[in-house]
Amino acid sequence: MWENVAEVREVAFHVTRFTPERDVKPRVQTFQVPVRAGMTVLEGLHYIKENLDSSLVWRYSCRMGVCGSCGMLLNGRPGLACNTQIFDIAGTDLTVGPLPNFDVVRDLIPDLVPMFSKHAGLRPHVVREDAADQDDPAGEYFQTPAQLEEFLQFTYCIKCACCMAACPTLATDAGYLGPMPLAQVQRYNVDTRDGGRGERLAAAGAAHGVFRCHYAGECSRVCPKGVDPAKAIQHLKRQLVLDYLHLARRQKPCAKQHGPGKGTRDPQIPASPPRTIGA
Amino acid sequence: MRETKYWTWFMAAGLLILALLGLHMVVMHLGSLTHLFAAHPDQPSVAQANSQARDASLFFTLSYVVLLGAGLFHGLYGLRVVVFELSLKPAAEKALSALLLVVGLGLFGLGTYAAFAAHGRAAGASPAVASVAGASLAGRS
Ligand code: HEM
Ligand code: SF4
Ligand code: SF4
Ligand code: FES
Repeated sequence: MWENVAEVREVAFHVTRFTPERDVKPRVQTFQVPVRAGMTVLEGLHYIKENLDSSLVWRYSCRMGVCGSCGMLLNGRPGLACNTQIFDIAGTDLTVGPLPNFDVVRDLIPDLVPMFSKHAGLRPHVVREDAADQDDPAGEYFQTPAQLEEFLQFTYCIKCACCMAACPTLATDAGYLGPMPLAQVQRYNVDTRDGGRGERLAAAGAAHGVFRCHYAGECSRVCPKGVDPAKAIQHLKRQLVLDYLHLARRQKPCAKQHGPGKGTRDPQIPASPPRTIGA
Repeated sequence: MRETKYWTWFMAAGLLILALLGLHMVVMHLGSLTHLFAAHPDQPSVAQANSQARDASLFFTLSYVVLLGAGLFHGLYGLRVVVFELSLKPAAEKALSALLLVVGLGLFGLGTYAAFAAHGRAAGASPAVASVAGASLAGRS
């Protein structure tokens, strides 16, 4: 598309500025940014901070689509500033705002605490009946590649909140659990090592849970990691209904295979180095 | 569990509406083509004689009552969903649920009464009509 890699073109960044302690409402400030092919929105913001206005703030860390910090509203669509190339979405103008459906800490920084509270409340980790074993596992849990495949895509979630910003239900119902936490419910519920399914389903099926999802699918469309939270939510509805109708197939969490050092290693695989902690 | 229960029945009601409303459309609105359940095929499906004949049949009376129940539950639950998404306080949510339950039961009672009253009238007033309807049902369904 942009054959002349050296070409530099000015793009007007219309950036939302807001300091809640000082401003009554957000305002939009425009910056002219020289953009070359391949430049990301994150780089554009750095250009502004270094050359035009050092007071602009946003959140980022890894700058490679891994940490989930830099979710923003880019030309009206939630996305990661670090893996969105400016010329892919903008010609001469680009609007950059904070993710909607969240309060704003400052400028482009959404307050993600409500999302993380919902997430943490759903026990997003493998739950075993034996608490002591959970804290210090004494063996491996067997899982086939096919069983892993059942939830693998949901593990790619980086908690960037783009899906939460795109969700029309969350726009009016702040109590709705939302696509990210619910996708993580599915991720652990179908994990054969897990025993926390009942507890998570009870929370997911409550008044502001999965049944508030209308399957518009915007969450899945905007996810920068290819996760499909909308699908997870429909699976959860199905699990809940089948449970209610007593049609669900029950399965116990898989058993431990053996204690450490008691398994037989494939001779092709070299021995692991000695433990450095807890030896 | 309660929301799951509501939603399961909400979906079941949707399917019932699909079936019974489909029947309704085929019988009433496509009647001139299908002539289904028309005790008097020479008259339009929605003519009084045909309407009374259907009222006289227990099957149609029950199908109206079930359609009413399914429609009310589906529609009122749907309304509850929409209103719940406006971030109400829990007390308001409870009050709304109770109000919708009362409205739903009230309308269902009224409609059921009307359907059976019409059934009693049609069946009682003209046994001939009823038997024609019965014969038509037996013969055509
Ligand atoms: C052909 C028959 C029907 C079928 C198959 C059907 C199916 C559905 C389905 C699957 C939903 C869920 C949508 C969601 O969760 O977002 C729904 C929602 C709804 N339906 Fe129906 N429906 C039917 C007829 C009706 C009728 C006759 C009414 C009105 C009395 C109605 C009123 C509603 C309402 C208010 C909602 C909630 C909308 C929402 O959740 O956003 N439906 N219906
Ligand atoms: S599901 Fe996708 S969009 Fe949502 S938080 Fe995870 S990575 Fe981000
Ligand atoms: S599919 Fe459900 S969770 Fe995803 S954006 Fe739509 S309503 Fe929200
Ligand atoms: S900076 Fe880490 S995902 Fe963008």
